[in-house]
Amino acid sequence: MRTNLLNFLAGILTVLVLLSSCRPKNAATAISGDAAVKSFVAPGQYDEYYNFVSGGFSGQMSVYGLPSGRLFRVIPVFSVDPEKGWGYSEETKPMLNTSHGFVPWDDLHHVELSQTNGEINGKWVFGNANNTPRIARIDLKTFKTAEIIEIPNSAGNHSSPFGTENSEYIVAGTRFSVPPDDADGDVPIDSYKKNFKGHISFISVNQETGKMDIAFQLKTPGVNFDLARCGRAKSHGWFFFSTYNTEQANTLLEVNASQKDKDYIMAVNWKKAEEYLKAGKGKKQKVKYAHNVWDDHAHTGTSTIKTEVTVLDVSEFKDICYMIPCPKSPHGCDVDPTGEYIVGSGKLAALLPVFSFDKLQAAIANKAYDGEYEGIPVLKYEEVLYGEVKKPGLGPLHTEFDGKGFAYTSFFVSSEIVKWNIKDLTVVDRVPTFYSVGHLCIPGGNTRKPSPKYLVAYNKITKDRYLPTGPELAHSAQLFDISGDKMQMILDFPTIGEPHYAQAALADLIKNNGQLKIYKIEDNKHPRVAKGESESKVVREGNKVHVYMTAIRSHFAPDNIEGVRMGDEVYFHVTNLEQDWDVPHGFAIKGANNAELLIMPGETTTLKWVPDRVGIFPFYCTDFCSALHQEMQGYIRVSPAGSKTPLTFHVGKLPSVEKPVQ
Amino acid sequence: MRNIKIILVFATLAFVIACGGNNQKPTPDSNASSVQKKSEVSDYDPNRGEGKFNEQNVILDASLNKAFADAGEIASGVKCTSCHKMSSERLVGPGWKGVTERRTPYWLMNFITNPDPMIDKDPELQAQLELCLVRMPNQSLADEEARNILEFMRKNDGVK
Ligand SMILES: [Cu+2]
Repeated sequence: MRTNLLNFLAGILTVLVLLSSCRPKNAATAISGDAAVKSFVAPGQYDEYYNFVSGGFSGQMSVYGLPSGRLFRVIPVFSVDPEKGWGYSEETKPMLNTSHGFVPWDDLHHVELSQTNGEINGKWVFGNANNTPRIARIDLKTFKTAEIIEIPNSAGNHSSPFGTENSEYIVAGTRFSVPPDDADGDVPIDSYKKNFKGHISFISVNQETGKMDIAFQLKTPGVNFDLARCGRAKSHGWFFFSTYNTEQANTLLEVNASQKDKDYIMAVNWKKAEEYLKAGKGKKQKVKYAHNVWDDHAHTGTSTIKTEVTVLDVSEFKDICYMIPCPKSPHGCDVDPTGEYIVGSGKLAALLPVFSFDKLQAAIANKAYDGEYEGIPVLKYEEVLYGEVKKPGLGPLHTEFDGKGFAYTSFFVSSEIVKWNIKDLTVVDRVPTFYSVGHLCIPGGNTRKPSPKYLVAYNKITKDRYLPTGPELAHSAQLFDISGDKMQMILDFPTIGEPHYAQAALADLIKNNGQLKIYKIEDNKHPRVAKGESESKVVREGNKVHVYMTAIRSHFAPDNIEGVRMGDEVYFHVTNLEQDWDVPHGFAIKGANNAELLIMPGETTTLKWVPDRVGIFPFYCTDFCSALHQEMQGYIRVSPAGSKTPLTFHVGKLPSVEKPVQ
Repeated sequence: MRNIKIILVFATLAFVIACGGNNQKPTPDSNASSVQKKSEVSDYDPNRGEGKFNEQNVILDASLNKAFADAGEIASGVKCTSCHKMSSERLVGPGWKGVTERRTPYWLMNFITNPDPMIDKDPELQAQLELCLVRMPNQSLADEEARNILEFMRKNDGVK
């Protein structure tokens, strides 16, 4: 009996082992013994890389350390964030302004680190808003969103923010073609082919200040732009955009946009476009878009609505754009570090075409065309093709490079990463991912000089990876050691939202770039700053009550306020007097309809509060600041409208009365 | 056998404790509110404190430098007086009355420019911390600012 049971158990075990060995996606087979050691960074020790990861539908950007996978910070960009008061404080509200008004959410897909000579320079990281088209610039001295520019003539800003090798431009290609903003958009949707157009924006970046500006837009046929990559080194001056729906369908795209064998990678000679602009060939067009800029001294964002953009219609110029046929619905169109090879990744293709920049130039010189696509020359596939990687996997998406002659391509459908030799196009290694991998990231993997120690895969589906958390699971990032011949998975960690692309830079490059630890209180130019408790006060201006408040470990000044009446709007302008790193104070008040404030050392931030009833309302500090943090609190009294309670305020035993208002 | 095990355990514990002590580094940017007992205080001079200031580089005139004191009053209004009164009454930190008589000028300048390492080492500051329970924050004072604040403290103590 016992033997039978043992036999039975042994049988089950054998079956299980066999089953699991048949499953390629078994974690145990992918992780070997020393994996944990390779990714372990002891507490107090620093990671080698900063990893900037898109937050997808969270609208934010997250910062991880590599190789530890530790989450350091979530930077609020396109979505309101109550943790930091982003989009809730009066100063940050303008940053989320658009031509549609205040937009509290977006979908951040890709990140792009600024570059000089094709190498990461550690100054800024850019992010795109896919839904209400925008590009943001995050300042890496403060890890704060410093600028957001809306993109006109666009919808679904997916093909962005990809940059040139000196960050001369950050591009934004529209995912949805739509009627231009100055046209009558009240047209039948099935008049797509006639009325819908694509636009690609070239946003210039001031190399000193980072300040962005829409330099010009290219008006293109009505296709969908997916991803993009700039040329570099020898191909500097060119940009490559992957397209889909060149069928120009407007319904059931999953079938109707997959009709053709080949879509296109659009090659853009942007230096040529610059020449035409200089010659005055651009046309001014009426549009409406918001341009929002953060001022680090006034601690305030300003939103300006702009009304004009310069457009070049590429069908009128035969030498700006060329179409490279690419099988089939290409996603990535990635350029290797030498600038010679352009890898197309057709989501529905069973091979990877690799195009040659030299052959592209020759084909253009020889006019090796296969007709035109809406006025744009179509190049002959064989004339620009360097070669094809045959049967690499299913559903290629995106390729990164290690600078040692190898490319790494993610395969969504077969859930794997494939490493292949760029010269001879042979596959040299493949590893499974769990599951449905999207983008990959090698630090510097889109630059002239990658830093090829690690590769991160950003996976869409995580089932059976982590402890269950209801119907939804965090997406998974998987870290691979690529320093050897074979890729080795060494860590698997969850991410926020849905990470699409990510980039990483050597830690020294970011942490030694003049990182700000505090805002100097002397430099604080906020119009309602209180530089010291002696400047704290409460001032009535009609029905607006302005509280100039200070915060320091462990009290607010004033912490007792009376004389506010129903019908008043109260503005708490809180200045954090601390000049010590990592000592923000928070400010929250009962019944506030927005959020809290989180005020950095030396910063002034404003919370608007409209009392909804008579009574006593406490306020307190939300960020643990000292042993007496719990004592950091105060009261504000709200009296009925028309009441005679005088406006008074004090801290400690020093009551003072407001000077009469003129 | 059993005894050996016990001895081994104790030996291991002793080793761990010793290592733990040695590994404990002062944390310059620490915001920790707990009192950290430090073993390596032998080189600490409670008369001078720790920092760049000493008898040589802090020279005071017998009479008050009014320009310094005025600038110091403005600076302390921004960075100090939220927590310190001019009287001897304690607010968050101790009152300033008589502080220039209790401390050397260079100790004061070291402390206000370099508080964290001194709080970790100075026995009197540790006693003070047990009373106030808030570590004096580093307010990023420039050397010049610190000198001016010292002069303002002297004025507060009656130097003319
Ligand atoms: Cu606080």
